Amino acid sequence: MKSNVIALLSGTLFGLGLAISHMINPAKVLAFLDVAGHWDPSLALVMGSALAVMALAWHWKRRDSDIRRDDLNRIDAPLVIGAALFGTGWGLVGYCPGPAISALAILSLKPLIFVAAMIAGMAIFQVFPSRGE
Amino acid sequence: MTEFTPWSALAGGTLIGLASAVLLLASGRTAGISGITAGLLRPWHGEGIWRWMFIAGLILGTVLYGLFGGNLAAIQIDANTATLTGGGLLVGIGTRLGGGCTSGHGVCGISRLSVRSITATLIFMTTAAAVVFVTRHVLGGGA
Repeated sequence: MKSNVIALLSGTLFGLGLAISHMINPAKVLAFLDVAGHWDPSLALVMGSALAVMALAWHWKRRDSDIRRDDLNRIDAPLVIGAALFGTGWGLVGYCPGPAISALAILSLKPLIFVAAMIAGMAIFQVFPSRGE
Repeated sequence: MTEFTPWSALAGGTLIGLASAVLLLASGRTAGISGITAGLLRPWHGEGIWRWMFIAGLILGTVLYGLFGGNLAAIQIDANTATLTGGGLLVGIGTRLGGGCTSGHGVCGISRLSVRSITATLIFMTTAAAVVFVTRHVLGGGA
């Protein structure tokens, strides 16, 4: 029960942060990615400030008891290929998973199509034998 | 074309950081949104309700923003149905294969100095920027 309340609180703060920072607007995200155009560096400040807060959180948590340090440093083919595929989709539309789900709130068809396709992609991946999370 | 909005970016980013910190410190979980969403596809693993609550929160946060005067009408999605579908599929498959997205690798991973997450973030940012360069400046007439 407690973990459900915490998840709702965290999700709400997260969604509010995405909306306030305008990351739910693909035009804003694409303007950040368009370094050769009329560049909008806003997303760099969004990531920078989120990183600063989370660095403190990891400091307080101190020990990474659940994940071994080796696992955090392992670079393999799935990581590289997966990140490249994700980047391609992100660059085509301007949505990554969080902002796309948050944008379902505007009750427009476009975020819904994107999220449905994204979940289908995740389901396709799970059909194949995976190494787990 | 959008304008640089440093204050809303800093305020929103701080909230995103706080949200991730709350989940980490109070529940011991990493706020990786692609991972949380993909977990919904495996309900037989149990403990799935917190995932729905987090996702409901993401939507609720945007609703609250709209209720308190935020301009949701400014949201501009240029992609057509085919691009939305193809892009969505790529994001879904890519985030599972690579084990994370902008939140899991970009925010939660980099902040604990994970080499894996730093590598993934550099790759998806560079790829996305390259795709935008090609679609806007090579194929398209600029934006």
